[in-house]
Amino acid sequence: MSALLEIENLSKRFGGLQAVGSLSFTVVEREILGLIGPNGAGKSTVFNLINGVFAPDGGRIRFRGADITGEPPHRVARCGLARSHQIVQPFIGMSVLENCTVGACFGRGNLPLARARETARETAAMVGLGDRLETPASQLTIAGKKRLELARALSAQPALLLLDEVLAGLNPTEVDHMIGIIRAIRERGTAILIIEHLMQAIMSLSDRIVVLNSGRKLTEGAPAEVARDAQVIEAYLGDPELAKTLKGRKK
Amino acid sequence: MIGLLASILDGVLVGAVYGLAAMGITLIWGVMNVINLTHGAMIVAGMFGLYFLVAALGVPAYAALAPVLVAGFLVGLALYWIAVHRMVGQPPLMSLLSTFAVNLVLIGLGTAAWGTVLFNVQVSLPGFSIGRYTFPGTHMMAAALTAAIAGVLYLFLYRTRAGKAVRAVAGNRDAAELVGIPTTRILALAFGLGVALASVSGALIATMFPFTVLSGDAYQLKSFVVTVLGGLGNPTGALVAGIALGLVEGLATPFMPVSWTLVIEFALFVVVLIALPGGLLSLRIRRRRT
Amino acid sequence: MILRRPFFWIIGIAMLAFAAAPLGKNVELRESLVLAAVYIILASNLNMMLGYAGYVNFGSIVFFGLGGYFCLFLMSARDWPLIPAILAGGIAVSFLAFLFGIGILRLRGVYFALATIGVNEAVMAFVNNFEPWGGATGIYLSTGIFQQLGGPASALWIVYYLLVATMGLSLYLSYFVKRSKFGLGLLAIGQNEDAAAVLGVPTPRYKALIYSASAFLPAVAGGLYFFKGAFIQPPDAFDLQLSTEAIVITMLGGQGTILGPALGAFLYEELRGWLLTSATFSSFQLVIAGALLLVIVLFAPGGLMGLLHRRWPNLKRFLE
Repeated sequence: MSALLEIENLSKRFGGLQAVGSLSFTVVEREILGLIGPNGAGKSTVFNLINGVFAPDGGRIRFRGADITGEPPHRVARCGLARSHQIVQPFIGMSVLENCTVGACFGRGNLPLARARETARETAAMVGLGDRLETPASQLTIAGKKRLELARALSAQPALLLLDEVLAGLNPTEVDHMIGIIRAIRERGTAILIIEHLMQAIMSLSDRIVVLNSGRKLTEGAPAEVARDAQVIEAYLGDPELAKTLKGRKK
Repeated sequence: MIGLLASILDGVLVGAVYGLAAMGITLIWGVMNVINLTHGAMIVAGMFGLYFLVAALGVPAYAALAPVLVAGFLVGLALYWIAVHRMVGQPPLMSLLSTFAVNLVLIGLGTAAWGTVLFNVQVSLPGFSIGRYTFPGTHMMAAALTAAIAGVLYLFLYRTRAGKAVRAVAGNRDAAELVGIPTTRILALAFGLGVALASVSGALIATMFPFTVLSGDAYQLKSFVVTVLGGLGNPTGALVAGIALGLVEGLATPFMPVSWTLVIEFALFVVVLIALPGGLLSLRIRRRRT
Repeated sequence: MILRRPFFWIIGIAMLAFAAAPLGKNVELRESLVLAAVYIILASNLNMMLGYAGYVNFGSIVFFGLGGYFCLFLMSARDWPLIPAILAGGIAVSFLAFLFGIGILRLRGVYFALATIGVNEAVMAFVNNFEPWGGATGIYLSTGIFQQLGGPASALWIVYYLLVATMGLSLYLSYFVKRSKFGLGLLAIGQNEDAAAVLGVPTPRYKALIYSASAFLPAVAGGLYFFKGAFIQPPDAFDLQLSTEAIVITMLGGQGTILGPALGAFLYEELRGWLLTSATFSSFQLVIAGALLLVIVLFAPGGLMGLLHRRWPNLKRFLE
């Protein structure tokens, strides 16, 4: 499988804080890569750097072979990279269908209005909003808004989808439903880079996991390996002695 | 050459008052993300307030500043409740339009009542002379009072509980609510303060120059230029930038007609907005890091 | 197919009615309709920036004034006939707007709004000092200028019909834009510019385009209006009060809708006529405008069309 997204030595500093430092990893086609790490590890910043909200201080970002480092968000989206936000940002004055149509019109698909509406209808149905196409976004529940956020990004027919804590605030049933949708998205050929705090969910969804701590990559690998890694446990639990002992025991 | 220097220094004195006016805008913006377009009208209100107290009631000019300040504060509170309160959570466009609407009403009423007649407040204060050049006493007094008021504002913001609350709400309104600060009251307070600053700076300007109902526009523009130069939400920046603008005006007035100064200020405004969104002071910070 | 939509025909019929109203002879009615047409042109073009993209252009009058200046200059100094002159004015002003727009549209919301006032004031000060355009005196057209249209009386009627046509074009323009992909992008920008950019809406380009597009017809209208008076000078050409009233009219009728500016213009005229027994109190005009705007922003931000749509949601399909 060829590399879709290549992050090389990415770094970003905000004033005195090194939010991301010398970060490198790759996402290949059709894979689900999970990005985890304690709070403040820099995960959302990585997303902001990838989709152009911030320009990195150093490093390169390549998407489908082309260098997109520092490109503005709308150009990144046009290349085929879509993103959902942690704090949902629906167009509250528009209906569900209109929201998704915006995605379909201006993303990689770059579709004319009529075809964009068709695509929008399909994606809305795929996330379970097919029965609420004309509902104003303002009237959706939080779960509905999360699905809309996802559907809107998906309507752009991206090659890579960045999901930022799309399960936060959902109850267990809604979480299960969303996990099913995410799997279906991958089945249809879109790769996914996902940030999530719900450990069980992200471990079961991801093909591989990258662990961040304080802006740097701690480790990466299959979910089972990462879950056993001493340093990862220490990063989350915070006991350096424990890490040493665990390391010692491993040797 | 000395003439130019004198002009510049005089500009600095007057610029301090511009800075005071700008502090009014920047305070309101910093606390509640609202651009107060009634600012110009309130400057004019301060001017008329002073005129009325001095000419009609015979109050000595500098003593009249206190009631103007207090009245400005109260009017600010009223304006907050009328035009701003409902707009606080909404897109900034809405509060822009609502304050703009109030400004229209106020200036409209003002022109209806007083037309475009020129008013002048006679304040006699000995000036300071060097050779052929005199620094008007009123200018020096205005700068001194500005420093005093700015000092009091600083003390308020950094040494009192209410001031701390204002800074807290400016930093993060939700967090401030969570720790029990009555945010609505603080917002009203901040707005009142901003308007008070506008009116007292208007009164100070009235001690120095003649004015009409329509003067508000020019001074509102200057206030916005200064606010942007100093960085929105930064009161110290506003004061420094005000002095800087006064300096630029002092530099320019010997050389060009008055109508061009406004154009230059507008051009400066737009250029700074586009090139330096953080204001002049952000330049300093950038240089320090390299 | 847009031709099937009833609203398309409603606009067309309304325009014909507007044009026919004075029946080719009622001069008094024609003159007040001229004013109404100018208001509607200014408001509906302003509406595309304000109601669609969410950017308030306080100084939109600068397009009107500049269009008037280009037209009168070309006619007096270069002997151009009317139609090419107004079109050249429109194109020149749109082009300038595009250039300016790229610069000032980097500013968000409030800063942009203030910058637009600046643009108007700067242009007015410049024109005041620009000798080729008459400086502070302005440009006067010789009385013979109306001969090209068959004499003064018929010229005034022709100008009237051209203004009505421009008004119709303004309404159609805002309609077609709103229903297009471009319009959808603009509306997304108006809702949440950052989210729109993340979705791929090319925000800088779209904003500059709509700013420039919203300049064309007001510039044409400016050419017609000042040609009619055969005279233009800076304070009339760049009167901020007109663009302020255009904003009030747009908000009153319903920002973001097509009919809103037209309805708003009529309402505003009626209200003003009713409240002002004497037209000499121009300062009270502002008080009324301000009070109206405040009430709308506080209690009915969707304006009249907003109220109608909420009360009768089915109306949305016929009257936008």
